[in-house]
Amino acid sequence: MSVTATAIPAQKLADQPRPQRRRIRSSLAERIAPYAYVAPFFVIFAIFGLFPLLFTFYVALFDWNPIGEQTFVGFANFERLFADPRFWNAFVNTFGIFLISTIPQLLLALVLAHLLNHARLKWANFFRMSLLVPYITSVAATALVFGQIFDKNFGLLNWILEVFGLPSVNLLASQVGSWVVISAMVMWRWFGYNALLYLAGLQAIPREMYEAASVDGASGWQQFIHLTIPSLRPIIIFTVIMSTIGGLQIFTEPLLVAPETGLTCGAGRQCQTLSLFLYEQGFGQFEFGYGSAIGVALFVIVVVASLINFFLSTRTRGGR
Amino acid sequence: MSAVIDQAIPESSATEAIVTPGKAPRRRGSGRVGRVRWPVYLLLILAVLISVFPLYYMFVIASVGATAVTSSPPRLYPGFDFFELAAKVFETVPFVQSLINSVIVSLSIAVIAAVLCAMAGFAFAKLQFPGRNALFLIVLLTMTVPAQLSVIPQYLIISWLDWVDTLQAIIVPGLASAFGIFWMRQHMATTVSDELIQAARIDGANSWQLFWGIAFPVVRPAAFVLGLITFTSVWNDFMWPFIVLKSPELFTVQIALKQLQANRTIDLALTMGGSFMATLPLLIVFFFVGRRMVAGIMDGAFKG
Repeated sequence: MSVTATAIPAQKLADQPRPQRRRIRSSLAERIAPYAYVAPFFVIFAIFGLFPLLFTFYVALFDWNPIGEQTFVGFANFERLFADPRFWNAFVNTFGIFLISTIPQLLLALVLAHLLNHARLKWANFFRMSLLVPYITSVAATALVFGQIFDKNFGLLNWILEVFGLPSVNLLASQVGSWVVISAMVMWRWFGYNALLYLAGLQAIPREMYEAASVDGASGWQQFIHLTIPSLRPIIIFTVIMSTIGGLQIFTEPLLVAPETGLTCGAGRQCQTLSLFLYEQGFGQFEFGYGSAIGVALFVIVVVASLINFFLSTRTRGGR
Repeated sequence: MSAVIDQAIPESSATEAIVTPGKAPRRRGSGRVGRVRWPVYLLLILAVLISVFPLYYMFVIASVGATAVTSSPPRLYPGFDFFELAAKVFETVPFVQSLINSVIVSLSIAVIAAVLCAMAGFAFAKLQFPGRNALFLIVLLTMTVPAQLSVIPQYLIISWLDWVDTLQAIIVPGLASAFGIFWMRQHMATTVSDELIQAARIDGANSWQLFWGIAFPVVRPAAFVLGLITFTSVWNDFMWPFIVLKSPELFTVQIALKQLQANRTIDLALTMGGSFMATLPLLIVFFFVGRRMVAGIMDGAFKG
């Protein structure tokens, strides 16, 4: 397959006249060339990725006002952070939203992938493409329409509740309620995408294995538990890690879900996440030092979460 | 971490979906066997409805006006006032300018990053050089560090460069894509044949000619899908543009939406119209290349 695809350019290349004497000089150039190819990434990453990361730790040790002065304060920002109930609130919110959104979402994606994985499914491309629509819908737009669906006055949810004679709810006013609304957005956005990843994994499972299972009288559910899930383990681990990294950074959804909430995500900070708290302190209050301390804390949390993921995934492998 | 990623990549994974663009990723003989029963279709149609409903509802409110939600039962089918409302969106915020800004930013990052990532991926997959593995490990590790936690120093750097409130403040940092390098490396490793490279080398081709003459043409479909994914994520990015852009004439559409949101209690239809219009360009692109994007994402499942 790839040979036929490359035949034409290779031919073109061979037709070019090549000066012989360039050979000796090119050997030095050839040794440097690989570094030139990877250099753009490393230069940009060094300036806008690595340096800021290290610099966060430095700024966190200062009382740093972007317009005023910078005074070295040692670990005072961290002492203040650990004693700050707003930080722990944001911490709990971030994990609450992360758990409610990730676990049902990945289960749903698994089931959906299982449904899509029929050799004789009609309209397969239509289903796949439709499931990717949430992924291309802008997060900001998603937040605005979900905010409307769950609106306390004229939301669709409350209308449905009313039809069934139930009292209306104001989900965004409560902590768990606002977690549910934000998680609904995250789930909506990613369940189809993850289902496609799982489907790709499923299609790599040889058809004979399902045939054998059918012959042995395994039901659809038994095939799902004993064949599908084990074969998907690497991709499941991958999606869990990606969801963790993405979930711990959640920012736009809580910021835009309701117009009256702003940077605190509600008067009671009921859905303020760590990213939002960082933004509020850094760019709302112009406390760059304190904001950076939040960044360092977020970094530690992400590293710990990644390590836990890593150990869980290696342990389950050992158990099998 | 890297061990986890490694085991998710069987090197010999099927790549036909990527090499033959435009074709459905139909791997013959894959999937469960037997007749598909109707509950399967029922559930899938339900999932499709859930997937498209919020977007549809945006359009309903935008084309009916705020009465769509205040009437009982709420209106669930579209009206005829969408263009009227679109005109109002263009009046309220510089939305055309925002669309242009979004296109400039998303397109430059998508194109430049795809080429840069293809070059780096080529070097990592097909060239031998000291430090190759160590450098690639760094690329892998950077994928796990979220950029958001260092936004404050990033902002300081941008302000030292005097780039605050410019589009290059978004474009230049966006060009370093660890995920993109990883993606292109995997495609280079599995689809570009070593024999062909050897043959061209014997002919005296240097690595620059190898890249443009042999490697890049083969992985162009993969680079295209990477460009699409990058375009989508830059188009939808909110936090960083929200931090560095100050003047409304430089706003990307997502930030313009934030401005429209201030009107939500006054004019809900305006907000929903803006939301729908912010998504519409991507929807149109998706309509034409969605199949390739689906195939690319599914193919990427093995690689990343």
